[in-house]
Amino acid sequence: MVSPVVFWVVAVLLVAAALAMVLARNIVHSALFLIVSFIGYAVLYLFLEADFLAAVQVLVYAGAVSILLVFAVMLTRRGNMQESNLFNNYKVTGALIAAVLFLLIGNMVLNTSWAISSIAAPESTVGPLAELLLGKFVVPFEVAAILLLVAMVGAIIVARGVKDSK
Amino acid sequence: MIENAWLIPVLPAVAFVVIVFLIRQFKMLSALTAIAAMAVSFIISVGIVWEIIQGGATMKKPVEYFVNWLDLPGLNIQAGILIDPLAAAMLFVVTFVALLVMIYSVGYMHGDPGFSVFFSYLSLFSASMLGLVVANNYFQMFFFWELVGLCSYLLIGYYFHKPSAVQANKKAFITNRWGDFGFMLGIFFLFLVFGTFNFGELAKAIPKYDNVAFLTLAGILVFIGPIAKSAQFPLHVWLPDAMEGPTPVSALIHAATMVAAGVYLVARGFVLFHSVETVALVVAWVGGLSALIAATIALVQDDCKRIMAFSTMSQLGYMLMALGVGSLTAGMFHLTTHAFFKALMFLAAGSVIHATHKQNIFEMGGLRKSMPITTWTTVIGALALAGIFPLAGFWSKDEILVAAYTEGAYALFGLASLVAFMTAFYMFRMVFVVFWGDEPEGQHAHESPLTMTIPLIILAFFSIFSGFIGSPLVETGFFSYVYYKYPHPPEPNYMIMISSTVLALAGIGLAWLIYGKKSISAEALKQRFQPIHTLLYNKFYIDELYLWLFDKVMLNISTAFNWNDRHIVDGIFDGIGDLTRAAGARLRFIHTGSLQNYALVIFAAVVIIMLWMAVPALGGI
Amino acid sequence: MITLEHYLILAAVLFCIGLWGALAKRSAIMVLMSIELMLNAVNINLVAFSRFLTPDALVGQVFAIFVIVVAAAEVAVGLAIVINIYRERQTSFVDEFDWLKW
Repeated sequence: MVSPVVFWVVAVLLVAAALAMVLARNIVHSALFLIVSFIGYAVLYLFLEADFLAAVQVLVYAGAVSILLVFAVMLTRRGNMQESNLFNNYKVTGALIAAVLFLLIGNMVLNTSWAISSIAAPESTVGPLAELLLGKFVVPFEVAAILLLVAMVGAIIVARGVKDSK
Repeated sequence: MIENAWLIPVLPAVAFVVIVFLIRQFKMLSALTAIAAMAVSFIISVGIVWEIIQGGATMKKPVEYFVNWLDLPGLNIQAGILIDPLAAAMLFVVTFVALLVMIYSVGYMHGDPGFSVFFSYLSLFSASMLGLVVANNYFQMFFFWELVGLCSYLLIGYYFHKPSAVQANKKAFITNRWGDFGFMLGIFFLFLVFGTFNFGELAKAIPKYDNVAFLTLAGILVFIGPIAKSAQFPLHVWLPDAMEGPTPVSALIHAATMVAAGVYLVARGFVLFHSVETVALVVAWVGGLSALIAATIALVQDDCKRIMAFSTMSQLGYMLMALGVGSLTAGMFHLTTHAFFKALMFLAAGSVIHATHKQNIFEMGGLRKSMPITTWTTVIGALALAGIFPLAGFWSKDEILVAAYTEGAYALFGLASLVAFMTAFYMFRMVFVVFWGDEPEGQHAHESPLTMTIPLIILAFFSIFSGFIGSPLVETGFFSYVYYKYPHPPEPNYMIMISSTVLALAGIGLAWLIYGKKSISAEALKQRFQPIHTLLYNKFYIDELYLWLFDKVMLNISTAFNWNDRHIVDGIFDGIGDLTRAAGARLRFIHTGSLQNYALVIFAAVVIIMLWMAVPALGGI
Repeated sequence: MITLEHYLILAAVLFCIGLWGALAKRSAIMVLMSIELMLNAVNINLVAFSRFLTPDALVGQVFAIFVIVVAAAEVAVGLAIVINIYRERQTSFVDEFDWLKW
């Protein structure tokens, strides 16, 4: 079990990174704060004894997705990055809706009596996860593989653009 | 021969198909095909008549055979042949007149661009009529009844480039639709109660049925059909206009086919019409009044074909009157003899028109010298029509008068006698004006070709002698075969014979005085009775009345309905559409096209739904 | 003692921050980044449920893996679309993508 102090430190850092990401006026800064929060998520997975997921989180999000996002920023913005990430007209309204939603969710979370199980988690999740993915969930697994392939091909075609000539 | 009766309507129908689809370009071949088919039908008809004289079929034991045309639970419609003396007489008359008309048309229609088409129509017309005659049930009869109507439409509008012909054929068709509608309703009512269309079965069932009101309704509804088809008051308006067709068509329509169909239907459904007193009375009085109205109108008309048209209407009134007072024999006998002399009169009129290219009798005159055959055959026809002893019309008309008299319908008897006088007058008015009198300037008439005169001569022969078959002079005549329930041999009533002959002679004499010898001035008479003359000349303004009814009354009602349809009914649906469109025009502004705006709304909605579900005060958990 | 509720509340906070960013930022790339934040918050929920309610089944973690897969695909396609739009319109601001309007 994780000590509360460590948890709280991580939690505060995570929320701070997320808020900083939204509030940053420079989109490159936002991307960097996002990477920080991705790593924070990975730490939370470790706290939750999901070691495989923590590794995946670091590899996929902190590694691949972040790079993609930075590339996209590079391709769509030229020159000065100042004031590249401003709020639109919904700054207050959006915040209000998000806050109300949070209150509702928090209320629900606190008012529900959860059936906490006392069974200990497995030492390592890699083996059991592999058995699940290639056994019970093999069909969704394969479908996910196809989805990734299709998404990759689609992304290439869309990003390359359709040539005007026939 | 009777077992081959189905061939009679089929042959002309085949001729029609062959002409229309195969040999239309070959004019003479088309005419010959039509005539040959009709000739074979005629021969078969003669054979049937011969077998019936031998006793092959009687009114009580008709020969009937059929196939089920439509056999469903609760609905059985047959296609069949019913041959009894009544049908045989009609078959003979129709095939005979149609054959002569066709032969005559070869001369009359010579050089017409639609020669072949004309013959195909004639074939179809005859086929329809013959199919109607041999029908063994009301449904089949109705089917052919409609076909006859269609063919009359085609033939009356044969000169379709003439606007008046187009108007006339529309008028004929629409007027007949009224009758068809009543007829149809009537037979459906009959089917509803008796479950059959078959004549024989109905004849057995109707006398046992005792709902007088229903039978009256059904009888009168069915009778509306003959009123329109046989041009009886008040649905007679199409008949004079039907003269727009070529004259052979007029002869066919007026003598043997179309108008006879109505009378034949009444004869065929005699049981129905005589099951209730009221219906018989209606039949008799419609006939009698039509006879009188038509005869009075005919007195002053100046178009020779129109005179004939009203004469036909008048004679058909006679027939229906005879049927109405209960003498099937007299009605059908008059139908037969009338077919001969009326066909003769029309074909003779056609011959005159062919020679002079005029129809107004006062523009002709003195044709006696240039057209002797036409003249003398016309005189024979007119004498027969007027009912002069011993020609055909004398015997048949006499029988009707006797029937009316012995049944105690004295009013109708008096009316019929008056009509007899008028008939003689207007027929001889025409004869004297056209064939005697002075030749007008520039009239170069010449006798018609042989194909036209030979039918005239044949018909004249029949007009003279066909009356004897039903006269009291013969032991077994028409009356021994065609009758209702049991034969009624005519008893010679010398008082009526003499009185009707005297009346007819008086009519002829008066016509001679006014139009032949001119000792009484027609003009002076006209001046003196100006209002009556105008009234009669305009056919009692019945056409104008109908026109007014349609133009003013019905059109206004239609306009009101039209307004209702356009503004109220359409208005409701247009209003719904406009409302939707207006709402869309307003509401489309909430579609900003902005992604985040939509997302905001979605999440706001999520929040609201969650609030609603989660907060107990709002009905949540 | 850190309980399930802590994780759920933390995930809710992150989710709502992500939602705010997705609703209120102009840049399309920023919207995508915010959506990633929200998806990760959901994953925290899944894994936390898995850990505290059915620690031996691991189904929540399997589900989280699929979410990661879909998210990766989504971000790839989404960015491709953004780049394409940018090439056509010289902008990557969502509030200027309004061709759907009347």
